[in-house]
Amino acid sequence: MTKQVFNFKDYIRPRFFPHMWCPGCGHGIVLGALLRAVHELGLDKNEIVMTSGIGCSSRISGYVDFHSLHTIHGRALAFATGVKLSKPNLKAIVPMGDGDALAIGGNHFIHAARRNIDITAIVMNNRIYGMTGGQFSPLSGSGKKATTAPYLTIDRSFDVVELAKSAGATFVARSTVYHATECKDLIKKGISHKGFSLVEILTQCPTYYGRKNKEGDAVQMMESYKANTAKIGSKKLEKDPGLIQRGVFVDNKDIPEYCEAYDKIIETAMKGKA
Amino acid sequence: MGKGKTVKHLIDKEWCKGCGICIHFCPKNVLEFDKHDKADAARPEDCIACKLCELRCPDLAIQIIEDQEGENEKQE
Repeated sequence: MTKQVFNFKDYIRPRFFPHMWCPGCGHGIVLGALLRAVHELGLDKNEIVMTSGIGCSSRISGYVDFHSLHTIHGRALAFATGVKLSKPNLKAIVPMGDGDALAIGGNHFIHAARRNIDITAIVMNNRIYGMTGGQFSPLSGSGKKATTAPYLTIDRSFDVVELAKSAGATFVARSTVYHATECKDLIKKGISHKGFSLVEILTQCPTYYGRKNKEGDAVQMMESYKANTAKIGSKKLEKDPGLIQRGVFVDNKDIPEYCEAYDKIIETAMKGKA
Repeated sequence: MGKGKTVKHLIDKEWCKGCGICIHFCPKNVLEFDKHDKADAARPEDCIACKLCELRCPDLAIQIIEDQEGENEKQE
């Protein structure tokens, strides 16, 4: 299957296109990277289940031609946990927005990471609630403008990578939509990893975040990802340690995966010895 | 572009929303807005098929088709 030339039309539901995302929205680039990752891994469309919550980013599950569940706000990881436990052979991919993953679904997020269940969570971080009109999210950071913060935000932001690390995720990575190829490679690694994997992808919301904070159009926001991020271990990062780091932060293969550990418990219980 | 190679830009004008990402990031300045503000391959002969536009198009509206004249039949 990998030998074939990539054509995204093999992996999408074309009747829903053109998609509902705004012109220049980075979510489409994440969708492209995800489809390429699936193609390069040679996965069958029937092997994948995509579970998503609510928000712009969560609309991805409707556009892909995999098994898909469009569930309730923030609870995508909880649904994915259920699917994964009943059908451990499926590859569970959960696309989430920053608010969906870390505000509404914050608890599900840390517990999925702690359990180390084999789910690939893709957090598309555009630092705002786009679908509902540009309210600030826990990833906006302080001193930013949003429709609900016309005089700048006070709240500090989460660091998704640090949070996932301390919650016990066994694969943690970050990229941006400017680095589309890197983004694809990290999603590939995340899907191949056995255990909970988090891939944070910085993506632009030119309609709300960009416009409110005078960060320019989609092109300028993508240029800023190029300027403000650096790969782990690169010279650019050595020169300016304040830059946002990109790459793989954690890749731990020693911790048992939840479904496998659960199967062992079932085995023990079936023997009738407590 | 290499000898005997041609590159075709399949641009879905219905899907393109005219964000200009492909035009800005094209290293060879191949793409341009057409009169409807959609992406258009104005200078396809300059294309090096790096596919950066295809990778970064948020609307999945661009596909790059490479053709090696005469060699495709041999390989198959």
